[in-house]
Order: sequence, then structure tokens, then C-alpha cells
Amino acid sequence: MQELIKKGKELFANGTVDRIIGWTRGELPYDREIRVFRCAECFEKDFVYDAFCGANLSKYLIEESGKEGKIGVFLKPCDSYSFAQLIKEHRIKKENVYAVAIECYGKCDSRALADSVEDAIYWITDNGPELKIDTVSGAVVRNTYDYMLEKCAACKTKKHAPGCDETIGDEGEKVDDCTRFDIVAKLEAMTPEERFAFWRGELSRCIRCNACRNVCPACSCEHCVFDNPASGISQKAAADSFEENNFHIIRAFHVAGRCTDCGECSRVCPQHIPLHLLNRKFIKDINELYGEYQAGENPDERAPLTNYTKADCEPSVVYKRGGKN
Amino acid sequence: MSVNNEFRPKIVAFCCNWCSYAGADLAGTNRLQYPADVKIIRVPCSCRVNPMFILRAFQRGADGVILCGCHPGDCHYTSGNYFARRRMTLLFSMLDYLGIEKERTRVEWVSAAEGAKFAATMNDFVDTVTKLGPNRRLEDLRCKN
Repeated sequence: MQELIKKGKELFANGTVDRIIGWTRGELPYDREIRVFRCAECFEKDFVYDAFCGANLSKYLIEESGKEGKIGVFLKPCDSYSFAQLIKEHRIKKENVYAVAIECYGKCDSRALADSVEDAIYWITDNGPELKIDTVSGAVVRNTYDYMLEKCAACKTKKHAPGCDETIGDEGEKVDDCTRFDIVAKLEAMTPEERFAFWRGELSRCIRCNACRNVCPACSCEHCVFDNPASGISQKAAADSFEENNFHIIRAFHVAGRCTDCGECSRVCPQHIPLHLLNRKFIKDINELYGEYQAGENPDERAPLTNYTKADCEPSVVYKRGGKN
Repeated sequence: MSVNNEFRPKIVAFCCNWCSYAGADLAGTNRLQYPADVKIIRVPCSCRVNPMFILRAFQRGADGVILCGCHPGDCHYTSGNYFARRRMTLLFSMLDYLGIEKERTRVEWVSAAEGAKFAATMNDFVDTVTKLGPNRRLEDLRCKN
């Protein structure tokens, strides 16, 4: 964290940026909020980078890069893919952003961690592999890796997407034995009845708070279909059996081929719905049917939904593949 | 008077204006039989069909949705059906993943000269969906009559 603060102060001092977007302490000891720092002093005082900084800063740059002056940003490997994808879609003005690639060893699921401690927490110290939690009845120590966010437990890469201006620390590598498709494969192997029951159980908890849409870097349309009352699926509590399915299918489809699998949707869901499983299904299908594709990785590559070939498989391929009938 | 309680499916067929809709016309002029359960919606091109159209049809009580377009390579707009092909493959795979019976959705390429294929396809699709029974997993209770 000290390295990042040093770098941020340096960027302020030499005039590269006139503000920096970063994380700061929130209301609770494990909350991290996002804040735009406008001076080196407040940056030094309030900037935080620790095990709870799971939030992806890329989406905020759509608005921030449209403003006057240059903004600095710190990007974890998975955030850098969203950033690169947004530049590719001409949503972020690259000339107004100074991106610094930073290392990440996985972020904690703060809710799971808080639930594991009985007493009220008033401070948490991040010591890398260990978290020292000060509670009203004394300190407890937890292993950081036991409380990883789902997206970090199945991390796909420690390597940044191209497009960052500089790197702090060592550039990582792709994770070879990535397990992110394991649960998707497990679901695919079920019978349709089991799958339906699974998704019914998960999706019926949806309260349509739209947090998944609002946080998603791929969901960046200025006019969203879910805000249109005539769409039949505009924001309101679900009144029937199908509505929440419909919302989530459409949302996943709208980001298919553009989703970088940053896992923000599941991280912010207040109902703990594993929304990343829908996006991962699309990514898995695209990889299997149309060749490996990672959104944001290559600025010149066409998106899979537009990059058709004459030899594409027919939609009837769905009848043949997948799980039991 | 006896009431027929036999289940008849509601089928929505999206047909592209240039090939399949003309194919349906040809089936008609040739006096080929296919069930009246098929409701045809004419679209300018198979790629006009937004995945939401299909979901909306199911929501409003359709038991099966079929998309018909020009054969790949024959699109009036050169490449529309290639886009539709990728889109529908992914959508159908997703519906299957959510546990919706995969036989309820289908894509079939029918040219303007294939009246017989149109009738045969519709007969087969209606049979398949009739066997599956009413669509329960994707219906919207508000649309129940």
C-alpha cells in the first residue's frame, strides 16, 4: 500500500494527474468505498489498498474520463480487462486516464468474514496471508485465503490486459489450472429438472435492486432496457414466476462476449445469487464453440457475437451437447 | 356438446420476409397441411429477432418458438442470418442451462422454394411441443387467461 501512496503522490507532484480514483475506508471496518482524491494530502491520508478492495474501478472512469483533466487509477489484473474492454468500446477516453497496474493476491469476501466473527468488529489489520480482527471481546486472527471472494478463489489471471501506462511490482501470469468453469460444468451435467430447481431457488431471491447492473462495467448503456417501463421488465419487485428469470437472462445476454468475468455482479448481490454462473456459461459456450476469447485482452479482436464465420455450428448443436435429458 | 380438452400448443414462428415467409406462402398455395397452432410473425430478417422477442413470446404463453430464415449464405442482407445463428446458439444454450426444455426452441433455414420443408418442419415442431406439454417454466402468471 505504501508503494501505491508513494506513486500517487508522485503523480500529483509531477502534474501527470489532477485527481486519483481509489479506495477509502467506509463506514464499517471491512467496507471500502470508492472516492476521487483531489489532492496529494487527502490521498496520503485516506487512500487504502488491502484485502477488501474488491471493487472494480473501471466503470467509474466512463464518467470521470469525460471530465476535464487527467485522472489516475489503480487497476488490479481483472479490473484491467474491464478497462481495456471499455476503451475498445470507446466508452473511456484513454487520453484522460493514467492507469497504473497493481498486483493482487485475491480479495476477501467481507460479509463471509464478518459472519465468521461473533462479536462486533471495530478494526481489521491486513497482514497479507493473515487478517487480525479486533473485536469488542478481543482480537482474533483469520486466514485471508479462507475468505476469498468467489471471483478470486477461481482467479483466471494475474496478468494485466494491455493498455495500462505503468506497472507497480511484477507482472503476473495467467492461472493455468483455473477452476472457474467447474460449477458451470457441474450444472450442465444435471438433468433439466435439477437445473430448473437450482435456478428457481437462486433467482427467486432476486429483489431487483439492480445492483448487478449498476456495478457491471459491461452494463454501461446510457439508456438501459430495464429502465423502460414498456419493456415489461422494468425495475420493480417480481410479481410472477418468470420475471426474475427474464431479467437475468437478458442481462447476461446483453453482456455476452463483452463480460470480462470480473465477478462484480456476484460480489455486490445482497441476496448472494451466483450471477457470475450465468456469465460464465456464455463465456464457456463461446470458448467451446467459437474459440477461446477473453474480452479486453486484444484491442483488435472482434467480439464473438459479431465475428461470425460461414462454418459456425448450427443452433441445433444445443440438442446434442450438454447434460442429461 | 362435447368440449375438446386436448392440449394444443401455441407456437410462434418468426419468419424472415425474403425466404421463410415466402416459403410459408408457397406451402399455402401448394395446399400443404400444417397445424393452425403456428402463428407466423414476419420479420425483415432472422437477425431482427432480438432474444427478448423469444423470451417475451414464452412469457406471454407460447409453448414453443421457432425462428426461420434464409439458408446461411443466402441472406437478403448478406450476413444477417450468420449473426442470428451465433446469437440463437448462445441463447438456446442458456435456456437449456436454466433448465428449460431445449426442444421448445428451434432454428430452421427455409428458402422461398421450400414450401414442403416449411410444412414438414412445422408439423414436426408442433408434434414435438405437443409431446412436451404446456410451457410451465417460462410463463408469466400475469399473462394467464
